[in-house]
Formats: sequence, structure tokens, C-alpha cells
Amino acid sequence: MTSRSAALSRLIGRAAWGLGALVATPVLPDDYVALVNPLQARDVLRARVLAKMAEGVGVATLVLRPSRSWTTHRPGQYLRIGVDIAGVRHWRAYSVTSPPGARELTITVKAKGDGLVSTHLVERARPGDVIMLDLATGDFVLPETLPDKLLFLTAGSGITPVMAMLRAYRFGDVVVLHSARSADDVIFGDELRSAAAEGQLVLLERHTDAQGRLDPTELDDLVPDWRERETYACGPAELLAGLEAHFEAAGVADRLHVERFQTEAAAVGEGGTARFVRSGVEVETDGATTLLQAGEDAGVLLKSGCRMGICFSCVTKLTAGSVRDLRTGETTTVHDEPIHIQTCVSASAGACQLDA
Amino acid sequence: MTQTLATTEQTTTDGSTPTTWQGHALTDAVTTAKLTHEQVEQIGARLDEIRAEVIATRGESDARYIRGVIRAQRWLEASSRVVLLFSKNKVAFVVGTAGLSVAKILENMEIGHNVLHGQWDWMRDPKIHSTTWEWDAVTPAEQWKHSHNETHHTYTNVVGRDNDLGYGIMRVDNAQPWSLKLLGQPFFNLVNATFFEYGIAAYDLELFDNLKKGEDRTPEQRETFRRNAAAVGRKLARQMGKDYLVHPLLSGPNALHTAAANAIANVVRNLWTHSVIICGHFPDGVEVFEKTSIEGETKAQWYLRQMLGSANITGSKFMHLMSGNLSHQIEHHLFPDLPSNRYAEIAPKVKALFEEYGLRYVSGPLPVQVAQAWGKVFRLSLPDREPGRSRWSIIGEAVGQALRGRPTERVAVAAS
Ligand code: FES
Repeated sequence: MTSRSAALSRLIGRAAWGLGALVATPVLPDDYVALVNPLQARDVLRARVLAKMAEGVGVATLVLRPSRSWTTHRPGQYLRIGVDIAGVRHWRAYSVTSPPGARELTITVKAKGDGLVSTHLVERARPGDVIMLDLATGDFVLPETLPDKLLFLTAGSGITPVMAMLRAYRFGDVVVLHSARSADDVIFGDELRSAAAEGQLVLLERHTDAQGRLDPTELDDLVPDWRERETYACGPAELLAGLEAHFEAAGVADRLHVERFQTEAAAVGEGGTARFVRSGVEVETDGATTLLQAGEDAGVLLKSGCRMGICFSCVTKLTAGSVRDLRTGETTTVHDEPIHIQTCVSASAGACQLDA
Repeated sequence: MTQTLATTEQTTTDGSTPTTWQGHALTDAVTTAKLTHEQVEQIGARLDEIRAEVIATRGESDARYIRGVIRAQRWLEASSRVVLLFSKNKVAFVVGTAGLSVAKILENMEIGHNVLHGQWDWMRDPKIHSTTWEWDAVTPAEQWKHSHNETHHTYTNVVGRDNDLGYGIMRVDNAQPWSLKLLGQPFFNLVNATFFEYGIAAYDLELFDNLKKGEDRTPEQRETFRRNAAAVGRKLARQMGKDYLVHPLLSGPNALHTAAANAIANVVRNLWTHSVIICGHFPDGVEVFEKTSIEGETKAQWYLRQMLGSANITGSKFMHLMSGNLSHQIEHHLFPDLPSNRYAEIAPKVKALFEEYGLRYVSGPLPVQVAQAWGKVFRLSLPDREPGRSRWSIIGEAVGQALRGRPTERVAVAAS
């Protein structure tokens, strides 16, 4: 197609969409498109679950077909998915484990004991389910020119972003040092072992139930040339902290690249520090004072109406932390997506942060 | 005549000093609510429990319900509009218009009104959220939320605070003064019903108040009005454009028929919503309150005011759906943020509570309630009878004064 006819068809497309907007107002043409096929609508990203495969005990891989407006990802990046559980949408981030470029993508989820979303995905998600999606993001990615010597240092589900890299690239000299509780607990165990058998990588498994946790000082024995390797690490916070200190001490801190899975949310408590981010105000509150009151007392301009929980004029985004609904005692905690709360009936439960 | 809602002096069974709610009803219906402060607080606690039960069981089936209604509404609207592309055909005209009317009613009532109340905010779905929803009405959602959720639901039936009472243009209670222009009240009410969505837009905008005050407004008030009026203008253009330009043009030679069909659907929707809404706070037995009666009001007292100030409509499941479950007006006013599909289930518990405390649960079939409300509109358009004088002589006097250029207002309190 010539560039002129391309421009023309773009123009026609845009005109048609504009007309669609006039036809569909006050909703969007996309809202009607979504009635027929949610993946065709372009205003929000969704994905349909095509298949679910067990990867071992409490671990499952979901094959997702994203909306047509999905772009792509770089190996090692994560994306946020939103699933409705008991009618309520919850967002969590998961590494994409498939190589880029395919029409489908996969995420691999490990059900954590108290993990609402991970448990749901592993145990109850079914082919045909439609979930919400966000574009892939994150800078745990390899440079354009691949390093000659690599070390992947992972633990538990920390293998997931690395798996996307292993599947996407052919490496010359790569060592994977992975910790899991036992041989059976190694996510992608079979795939990793057969890749090792074929000589594509050197696999060092650490089974922590029997061998104990990896101490960074053991690296000299396990991977004697670790100082010369670009190292990509992903796993629990303690492991990463230990590695950072060790690499720093060896003067090769710039060789280490880490990926942290969501920082632990502050503990849920009674009262606490309330931060009103846009106003730059921070106040200590007790568990009985509403955020509306606390904010106003500190001079923050907040929206309000009835001040008794019925009008929803005070709805404000909670961007981090937890709040408690003073009527029901129920707490709400932010994970990977802000949540709208009513400031007139909510008090800080531990620390909290508001978009106000 | 001003009635005292709660007794001012009553001895409680435990002998404690009765603190009584200084609530006043302005209706001439005799109030039966003689409750002690403790009893009112008990009612409040019981209602809190009813709310908590629903919140605890709110979940997936509720989410499925609202998504199902939205999906059905959109299919109905889209298919009706497709049928109307051939609106010159008589059958297509009738079927399309009927379908579109129902779609518009569902969109405004069960979906729009309730979503804008925040009833579905708990799902955390930005597509079905009070902060993002826009509806098929001239008034922008933002302005309606302010006048409806904030003002009407907080100050329900408080004369001078709740402008929904007669929309600031009608006489809704005997205690309001009568004036000659109120003779036109039934007519204005009919006009308002027919063009209800415009009436609501003007009302949310506080149009008449702004026009009346004119230069007396503060610069901020003027700026707010200017901004809101611009928003209404934009919304109006889109709404009118859709119904009277875009869809008619799309139907080519059927353009005029399609425009007519859309106009009919809008009027049907307006008349229906007006009827449902007038049944909410107008029928006989519903109480209105004085401003002073809500000073220092507790949550339980607020609940009581909602109980006495609202009326339900009885009927089929379909009627409840089409009314946006405002047929459960009492339950809606007690818990404006509970999902509408749950009102039917809590209604028996609420009603039992009314009966337990000897309160009147006003409720009746739609035709009866509408007739009563309209009866009141007619009755109050006339002055109240005064001892020794007929209504006609009062009207005659007012006409005489008007002719002499001295309009007068009468306070309809019987000489005592
Ligand atoms: S101010 Fe009305 S709900 Fe918070």
C-alpha cells in the first residue's frame, strides 16, 4: 500500500470511529464491540484464558490470548493482570514466561498460601475466562547485545522472568543457579533439565529443604567465575539483599541486576501515618479518626458531601497501604492498583497513602 | 400545621430521662411515630445489622447481575436502533420505539441511577463505577451526583434543604404558603414530567435560582454556573445530536420517522421516570421535616427520617426492574449504596421493623401511588380552606389583588 492510501485508510478509520462515538454516546463504541468480542475492543486490554497447564504442585501456567491492541513484551518483563474474585477486581503483577512475538502469551503462577489472586488463578481459573490486562513493563531485561557470560540466580517463582529469557535467546555461556525447596518444587524443572542435558545451559539446582538456603559466599565454589558474569537475580528479598552486599563487597556491583517482586505491604494495624500525596501532607492518625477528618484538620482540601458514607462524593484513590471501613471493620489493602475508598468512613489501618 | 414527630415528653420503661428527637413533620397527616431516643437508636442498630448482612454476602452473583443488565440493555438499545433504520415501516416503527423506550428506561433507572450512587463501586471495575459513569440524560453525571446523592439523599424531605421536594417550584405541603401562580402547578408538573430530563438538568444547574439572583451572585458562584452550564451545553449537544441528527441521518429516507421514534422514546422514558420518582416521596402518609429538626441529627435519626419520608411501590419483578428498584424507595433511602438487586430481599426485614415500632410503611401499587401524588399536586395548587371562608373566595381575593398589582402570599396556618 502506498503511504498516501495508508494515510487515507487511517483517515477513514478515524472518521468511522468518530461517527461511532456520536452513535454510541454516552458510552463508547468499544463498549458495544466488547459485547460481541471483548478482545476486539481497544479501550481496555483484556485477555481470554485459552488453557491452563499444571507445572507441579500448586503451580500453573496460563495461556492467554490478549486483546488485539496488545503490543508485545521484552523477555524478563512483567505485566499486571486484573481478575474478578467474588465480584471484586484484584490486580497483581506476573512475569511473562513466553518468548515475545507470539499471538498468545503465558504467565506462570505459584499459589501462595494466603495469596488470594494466585490461589484463584491456580485453582479456579478456567479456559474461557476473560481477565483484565495491562501492557508489559519492567526493566529486568537483557541489553541489545547479549553478554558473553551470564549467570541467572533465582529462587522459587523468581525463575519466571528468567524463563522468558531462556526461551527467547540462544546464549553462549550461561549458568542457572536456582533454589527451590526440593527437586519437585522446581518450576519448569523438566524443561530446565532437558535444556541442560542438551548443553544449552549449565543448571545448578539448590534444594533448600535438604541443603539449606544459598549463602552468597558459596558462589566461589558453585560458580567460580561469577565475578566475570553479568548476573540477573530474582527471588525473595533476603536473597537479593545478600547478593547485593556480596557483589558490592567484591567490587562488581554493576554486574548484578535484580528484579524484586512486589515489596511487602506495610502491616495492617490501627491508625497510622496517612499521607496525602498531592497536598504533600502527612499526619499521624488514630484508628477512630476518619481520613476525611484527619486530612481536613491538617488543612488538606478534600471532597465531601454527606460525611456519613452515603453520597460517594468523598471517593478518593488509595494508592498504597491499608484502610479500615469504620462501619464494618473491613480492611482494604492496595496491591498493584489504586482502590477508590470513601474517606468519610475510612480510617488508616497501618500506614496509608491517598491521591489527594 | 406543624406536627411533632416524636413525643417531646415520654417516660421510658427503664425510667431514664427520655431524650426525644426534636423532629417535626409538616404534613397534616397525623404522625404515629412516638419514639424515645433509645428506641430510635435501637432501630438504627437493627438497620446497621441489615446492611452488614448484605455487605457480607455481596459478591459474584451481584456482579453477574449488573453486568447482565448492562449487557441486555445494550443489546436491546442496539437492536432497537437497527430496527429503527427502517422506521417508515409501521411494524419497525412500533417495535423499535418500544424497544428503545425500554432500553432508555433501563439505562437511566436500574443502571445509571444506581451506578452513580456508587452501588457497584465495590467491584472496582472502572467501567461500572460512580466516578466514571456517564448516562443517557441531558444532565451530566457529575452535576446530578451532587444534587441527588449529596443534597437529596442527605437532606431527604427537609423543607428548604431538599430541593427535590417539588423541585423548588411546587407546593408540596400545606404548611408552604399558597400563591396565585400555584394554580398552574398541575400544568407545570405535566410539562416537567414530559420533558423531565431537561427539568432535571435545569434543576441540577440551579438554573432558575441563578437567573433570579443574577448579579447578586459571588464571582465564584457565577464561575461555577458558567462552567456547569457549559458542561450541560456539551452534553445536550451530544444527546440531541445522537437522537435527532446522527441516527436519523443513518436511516436515510426514514430520517423523520427515526427522529420521531427517538422523541417518543425520550418522552416515554421521561414520563415513566417522573412517575416512579413522584411516587418516592409524594404519596399520602409521607412526612416532610423542618430544617431545625435535623440539627445534630444522629445516624439513627437520619435513618428514621428516611423511613418516614419515603414510599414504596408494589408490583411485579419487571416493574421493580423498570423502576430501577426505586419501587423499594424506603430501602434505597436507608441504604443508597447497597446494590439495587438486594433491596427486594431486605424489604421484608425493613417492613417488620416498621411494624415492630408502629411506624407506617407507605406502599401501594403504581397507579394508586401515582394518582395520590397527582391528587396532592392538584389539591395543593389550591389554597387551604380557612375557617369561615371557602377556597374560592381566597382565590378570588388573590386574583383581585393581582389585578390591582399587589401579589400576595398567604400562610396557610389556620388561625388558632
Ligand atoms: S462524604 Fe458522602 S460518602 Fe463520604
